[in-house]
Amino acid sequence: MKLDVQGRGAYAYTGGKTWREDGPCVVFIHGALNDHSVWTLLARWYAHHGYRVLAVDQPGHGRSEGPPLASVEALADWVLALLDAANVPSAHLVGHSMGSLIALEAAARAPERAAGLVMVGTAYPMKVSDALLATARDDPDRAIAMVNAFSHSSLASKPSYPGPGAWLRGGSSALMHRIQNDAAGNLFEHDFRVCDAYAGGIEAAGRITCSAHLIVGTRDVMTPAKATKELATVLHATVSRIVSGHALMQEAPDAVLNAVRTAIPA
Amino acid sequence: MPGPSDPAFDTLALHAGAAPDPATGARATPLHLTTSFVFESSEHAASLFNMERAGHVYSRISNPTTAVFEERVAALEGGIGAIATASGQAALHLAIATIAGAGSHIVASTALYGGSHNLLAYTLPRFGIETTFVKPRDIDAWRAAIRPDTRLLLGESLGNPGLDVLDIPRIAQVAHDAGVPLLVDATFTTPWLQQPFKLGADLVFHSATKFLSGHGTVVGGVLADSGRFDWERSGRFPELSEPYAGFHDMVFTEESTVGAFLLRARREGLRDFGACMSPHTAWLILQGLETLPLRMERHVANARKVVAFLASHPMVAQVGYPELESHPDHALAQSLLPRGCGSVFSFDLRGSRAQGVAFIEALQLFSHLANVGDCRSLVIHPASTTHFRMDDAALAAAGIGPGTIRLSIGLEDPDDLIADLKAALKTAERAAA
Repeated sequence: MKLDVQGRGAYAYTGGKTWREDGPCVVFIHGALNDHSVWTLLARWYAHHGYRVLAVDQPGHGRSEGPPLASVEALADWVLALLDAANVPSAHLVGHSMGSLIALEAAARAPERAAGLVMVGTAYPMKVSDALLATARDDPDRAIAMVNAFSHSSLASKPSYPGPGAWLRGGSSALMHRIQNDAAGNLFEHDFRVCDAYAGGIEAAGRITCSAHLIVGTRDVMTPAKATKELATVLHATVSRIVSGHALMQEAPDAVLNAVRTAIPA
Repeated sequence: MPGPSDPAFDTLALHAGAAPDPATGARATPLHLTTSFVFESSEHAASLFNMERAGHVYSRISNPTTAVFEERVAALEGGIGAIATASGQAALHLAIATIAGAGSHIVASTALYGGSHNLLAYTLPRFGIETTFVKPRDIDAWRAAIRPDTRLLLGESLGNPGLDVLDIPRIAQVAHDAGVPLLVDATFTTPWLQQPFKLGADLVFHSATKFLSGHGTVVGGVLADSGRFDWERSGRFPELSEPYAGFHDMVFTEESTVGAFLLRARREGLRDFGACMSPHTAWLILQGLETLPLRMERHVANARKVVAFLASHPMVAQVGYPELESHPDHALAQSLLPRGCGSVFSFDLRGSRAQGVAFIEALQLFSHLANVGDCRSLVIHPASTTHFRMDDAALAAAGIGPGTIRLSIGLEDPDDLIADLKAALKTAERAAA
């Protein structure tokens, strides 16, 4: 679905269902150098179980017009503006990695619009090493290869994503290259700097009024599970631990669905 | 900054797509000989059918053993996924049928396997799909042949019968300038010798019957996608970028930014045409795939020794192997195939058809049959077998001489192969009398 958000074209995948004007809504927010297609199984499940679904492409990513926005705070405002554009009063906000910080900040800025918060593959702070930032700046292809290797914990995650026969490392790499190549600038470095710079997470967590749920991968080395302790405490969040690397929706799609369902029941 | 990367080729050949079986602890990939898979509930069934969950429903569409093979080939090719098929021909058909239909056009190399040529030249026109054939080395001809209805460019990494080296980077550029993907038949090279995706190809298929299996026991094929081609931006592929009534009005390019092609190929092509691979076949090919790096290294080493022997033999007029300076694609092969040019090649015997027959019949180790890529060495004499109805002039037009012999060099001791060839050449020489 195409929307006009803050005066620019924005895209949201609706889970294979025609958009309707009322009903509960789930917003899925992707991570760095990704797009809506990391959510399609979950999005389809919720779209076919009574929810309206908006799996967004962030500004400058995939089908959404740029430029990319400079901070988690700006992206949170963009998500709230997207809800306005779609005429959605409140929604469950589900984010992965960088998208989880955006969901957190959006829920803090407009608590009345957050029916629930689900942070997948998250950590706070989400610091990125100087060396990786430098590689992202100087050699994005190399940085993509590194992040791709960091993000997957297995050579055989079943039943694969979006289905059998898919080679996850290849799919993730191809998606990052597609998003990077289609962007006007070095989007990879941009997104990593947005993650690295976000400093308002604990304060935002203190302002959350909805239920919060964290879903972490026990083999995640990008956002290690131990890096969520303070966030989970302040959020009073329930935490699901899944055997997976950082690419949780791809490595463990059923486990992630089951975990999300505890937070957002059908 | 040094850092991690994906495992290397030899590791992927053993591990990609497979892990110890969680149900039994079995270390080797289990063979799941089952047509279908039990649903946990009606809701679970519906979610599988509707692509809300990933999983197996029916083995024509997917199977756990077959999926290991598919994922492993995708990993070795550097792609995003693959679909196993009943044969290499089925893989080619699946690629074409997914993105072309009546009114579509293909540009293909003239240097193709006969089965591929038959499909394109004689069978597909009956379904409204036309093909223009171009000489693979003529880059301008590739460009000139592209029409508004062109959906695909197609060539073999090493072409039949002369081992023309496909200039993948340049032909891919021609294809992409026109918004068309390049499909490469990489059967002769395998990903160990060349990964066409790294050179710019968009889709790759194999007759897995050949080197991927290596044992000469089963017939199979596989089609892999790089995930790089932007089907929507091209504007030529409504099959992928517009709602498909045959699957819940799914728009495949929205569903998967990089995997639209494989989604449709599996959800339509395997579902409707049904040319799937048996899990038993997949399991057998996996046994071969595990040793692909070792076998290809030996195939190439043996081929080089046999080529060197033949090239210096007085009964041999010429050897068509791109590593020889006499081959027209020698320089290109050095650039695109640095690990070697495989182990299938042809040479021309001096003399008559009768001498060619005498040579074939005198061979002891080489098996006279119509296949390549076996661990055993193979031979065929086109003038007395596959092309026996042609006179010498017609043979020449096809690039085949009365004494042309095609060899597929196996994994035997190369000295034994050379001794076998030497004795047979002697017999052929005597047959001139």
